[in-house]
Amino acid sequence: MKISELKKMSMRDTFSTALLEISQTDSSVYVLDGDLATSTKIDVVATQLPEKFLQMGIAEQNMLSVAAGLATTGLQPWVATFAAFMSKRAIDQIQVQIAQPNLDVKMIGAYSGLLTGLTGKSHQALEDIAIFRTLAHMTVLAPADAVETAAMIKWANQYNGPVYIRLARDNYPIIFDNQYKFELGKGVLLREGTDLTIISTGTQTSRAVEAAEILAEQNISAAVLHLPSIKPIDKEAIIQAAVNTGAIVTAEEHSVYGGLGSAVAEILAASEPTPIEFVGVKDRNSESADNDDLLNKYELLPTHVAEAAKRVLARKR
Amino acid sequence: MSVINLLQEKATNARKDLLKVVHHAGAGHIGGPLSAIDLLTTLYFNEMNIDPAKPKDPERDRFVLSKGHSAIGLYAVLAERGYFPNEELFTFDSLNSRLQGHPDMKALPGIEMSTGSLGQGISAAVGMALGAKLQNKNFRTYCMIGDGESQEGQVWEAAFIAPKYQLDNLVIILDYNKLQQYGWAGTDTERSAPNELLEEKWLAFGWHVIRIDGHSYTDILQAFEEAKATKQKPTVIIADTVKGKGISFMEGNYLWHSKVPSDEELANALNELNAVGGL
Repeated sequence: MKISELKKMSMRDTFSTALLEISQTDSSVYVLDGDLATSTKIDVVATQLPEKFLQMGIAEQNMLSVAAGLATTGLQPWVATFAAFMSKRAIDQIQVQIAQPNLDVKMIGAYSGLLTGLTGKSHQALEDIAIFRTLAHMTVLAPADAVETAAMIKWANQYNGPVYIRLARDNYPIIFDNQYKFELGKGVLLREGTDLTIISTGTQTSRAVEAAEILAEQNISAAVLHLPSIKPIDKEAIIQAAVNTGAIVTAEEHSVYGGLGSAVAEILAASEPTPIEFVGVKDRNSESADNDDLLNKYELLPTHVAEAAKRVLARKR
Repeated sequence: MSVINLLQEKATNARKDLLKVVHHAGAGHIGGPLSAIDLLTTLYFNEMNIDPAKPKDPERDRFVLSKGHSAIGLYAVLAERGYFPNEELFTFDSLNSRLQGHPDMKALPGIEMSTGSLGQGISAAVGMALGAKLQNKNFRTYCMIGDGESQEGQVWEAAFIAPKYQLDNLVIILDYNKLQQYGWAGTDTERSAPNELLEEKWLAFGWHVIRIDGHSYTDILQAFEEAKATKQKPTVIIADTVKGKGISFMEGNYLWHSKVPSDEELANALNELNAVGGL
């Protein structure tokens, strides 16, 4: 089945359902809101389990430090806000009081990437992977669909330590079936191929699969390796992809600086030098616009990934 | 020995230790720790329910030093209280030491929260007090902030939210020494602070406010009692203190914020403290 024919679903909905479930079953779980509960969908916890819901107001720095304090008393706080505010407004608090002391705080960056619903550059998070992956002890995850999102939430509940999960606002094709199990540090080979490998994460994974479909029509065989776990990263799978196909395209809804592409390049430069093309937002400020216009202007569409594939093939040795 | 005599002796010992350690390390803060030391001593020797032998006891009271640059003052009191050997103080600020330049909760038992970046400790203390309430635990949380630190917006974010959760198990101690590294000094000098009105601010945020002399053990002991008797709202103790307290040539001089004493200055300071008493 082509990716465009798959059912689409919101990560936010499965995130909040899974969060409600772990709030019901795990007495240590508490949910902290920075007044965005109707956007992040954690309002389901507020309405169905109000004693588990802590409104912290529009004060992200305080919210993340409060979460650190809660964690020291044996609780597992889940903080959800826009990825932009989590990663850029409260990162000092996260570094000093959550990452460095390795506290069990779960951070949900909803509305990551470029598509935040006509809100413009102040609400877009194109730097969060880069920022979070520089913090020691920090786990950085980005699911590709709603099923993987739920699996990740349940996994993170069982894991002891700081975890950042970057979610998206909009609906994405359901790639995984209900048997899917998230494994930390493991990539998922979604599509086999021989000419090149597209390595993608988060929302860009379904666009990467679509790009592989476009390339297949032109007799180019592209593998797609989805990396839901950006830190720790699946080093073996990345090296294997380079060895098997000899050319790499990275694809992420994030700045080309410091994110998935950089992480992949760091590994290949040290272990298996391979031509790479990077798909992501170039060194530009974004703006408010609808999804298709943004994806087109900032070159994140499947066609852009396919073009990058052809560029890297031209460089393939 | 009366409580007050005990506290005085312990505080004097801590003052001597912190001066010797900063001199030895060739770095560290002095003025802020000296203004805080009487408050810290009262917390650790009289007020808090703690046991140095069980630093992770879930029922223990918590203390967060939000003004983390006064770490050496806290370390001196913790050593005096028996959390670690007194000699270890002299590893302060050196590689692999548990006594980091700013408090590190992973390094040293007895440190409840890593701090140093100002404004953060108070929020973490709110989280601890909230954690106690949510789990019906009886421990209390104490947190010391600085007046300079209170220029951080996060302090007021924390001040805003704590009354919502009726955190009567939370006590903030404001070490109001009226001097900071360079920014401004008190209210009536050339570099005077913007409108401070600290009592009014905390009152407006919904806190129970107590104003005391931060070097009077009687005042400090009474304030902690009043905080415990206060229900349904958090308490802030605004403690008027003197930066560099106890050493005549350091008192009220902003240059001693993080200046290292020379051999002669150390000897003079220790002489002054010996005249007061202690070990």
